[in-house]
Amino acid sequence: MGGAAGEKPQLIRWEERDGEKVAVRHDGRLPWQLRPIRMEVGVLANADGSALVEYGATRVIAAVYGPREAVPRHIALPDRAVLRCRYHMAPFSTAERKTPAPTRREVELSKVIREALEAVVLSELYPRTTIDIYMEVLQSDGGTRTAAITAASLALADAGVAMRDLVAGVAVGKVDGVLVLDIDEIEDNFAEADMPVAMAPGLGRVLLLQLNGVLSRDEFVRGLELARKGIEEIYRLQKEALRRKYVVKEAGGGGR
Amino acid sequence: MARIYFKPRSIVVPGDVLAEGDDVEAESIYIERVGKKFIAAITGLFQVEEEDGKYRINIIPLEGAYIPKPGDIVIGLIRDIGITHWDVDIASPYKGVLTVQEVLDRPFNPATDSLKRYLDVGDYIVAKVLAFDRARDPLLTIKGEGLGRVSEGVIVEIKPSRVPRVIGKRGSMVNMLMKETGCDILVGQNGRILVKCPNKDLEEIVVLSLRKIEAEAHLSGLTESVKEFIREERSRRGV
Repeated sequence: MGGAAGEKPQLIRWEERDGEKVAVRHDGRLPWQLRPIRMEVGVLANADGSALVEYGATRVIAAVYGPREAVPRHIALPDRAVLRCRYHMAPFSTAERKTPAPTRREVELSKVIREALEAVVLSELYPRTTIDIYMEVLQSDGGTRTAAITAASLALADAGVAMRDLVAGVAVGKVDGVLVLDIDEIEDNFAEADMPVAMAPGLGRVLLLQLNGVLSRDEFVRGLELARKGIEEIYRLQKEALRRKYVVKEAGGGGR
Repeated sequence: MARIYFKPRSIVVPGDVLAEGDDVEAESIYIERVGKKFIAAITGLFQVEEEDGKYRINIIPLEGAYIPKPGDIVIGLIRDIGITHWDVDIASPYKGVLTVQEVLDRPFNPATDSLKRYLDVGDYIVAKVLAFDRARDPLLTIKGEGLGRVSEGVIVEIKPSRVPRVIGKRGSMVNMLMKETGCDILVGQNGRILVKCPNKDLEEIVVLSLRKIEAEAHLSGLTESVKEFIREERSRRGV
């Protein structure tokens, strides 16, 4: 990650399509298109729940342990479970090696992701326990925090932790004056604004909203609407991925 | 008028709107009610029952930890010995507590006697959950018929969410397993199963059958396919 470096490439081309001028992005996507998304649930045998999520080249794995006995004991709460989140980027996830020690950025993201998930997990069903959520960015190409939250919510559902709704996230950016959905690393580096959003679509709630850069009031409203549409698409894919875990076994005739 | 949005036995995931209407009753703690809508809060199998115009909906979880309930029979592993109690691992987020009063029928004097003489670390016990609430760890007892230290057999550990499937409707699955193999099977609610068999081959067949049930818990017609599996294995092994 980091700011703009070197010459700014051309990120938006204006093309004539069916008599209309449309903005085409550097990877050929239109402004409202997501990157190809892949999700898989139950990828780790040792965790209680796990998920792998890819937004284009961004790849995040999440593992959930718990609810389990709180260690150390003094962190336990008498009336609900404690959620612990760790968002971490692997040293090999970026072009230049990232030190494996948690950075300020990772500590902050762990906190905002935890707060987003606390809003949906029915933690009062598991008093005096902890639920540990580990998110590891394997490959980074922009939008890692939103991919991480999508993966974490899938892993929680896979672990059988009760939650009001699944959480899905996506980032919206403003590139060369155009609002674009699901921005990647190059777009992010030269963008005027970057706005990650996470929602619980079933509940109609926004659980995470950050904005880096400047958007006008009108752009913000349109950006949030763009994010909502993207999130609904991701939400549909999440439910599909969860169901697929059981349907595949059925077709294969069982066995582990 | 109630509207039910899922077919019985279909897989539901958190956030799914299951049903809507005033004549719907939710039986599971994993169903959240928002206004007139009923929303799933866990991955599981959906169930609907209709009775005098009322719809009762339920979710049988496919994943999740064991949460103790008073009256449950569990199989525990002694982890630590205190002065007048044992700490018991019951495959749950909460550790079981077995006090000396729930083991011995006479007064116990820690100055002259040691708990180690009765139950040692590493022993398995069949116990009953006496009491459990949100504030304290579950209290166990081994006073009662069929309870106590495990002295023979093997312990199979499965996911606690699969236990209802291993037992089956009114015990149909476990009774079938016992009838087909001649083994004695005790299913703990916490996902530990004690199997006592006349010979090693039958023991292996039961363990494999339990693993099969665990892996295919969400499929229908499981009792029949397990029965077939046991018969095949028995004829193959000649037992």
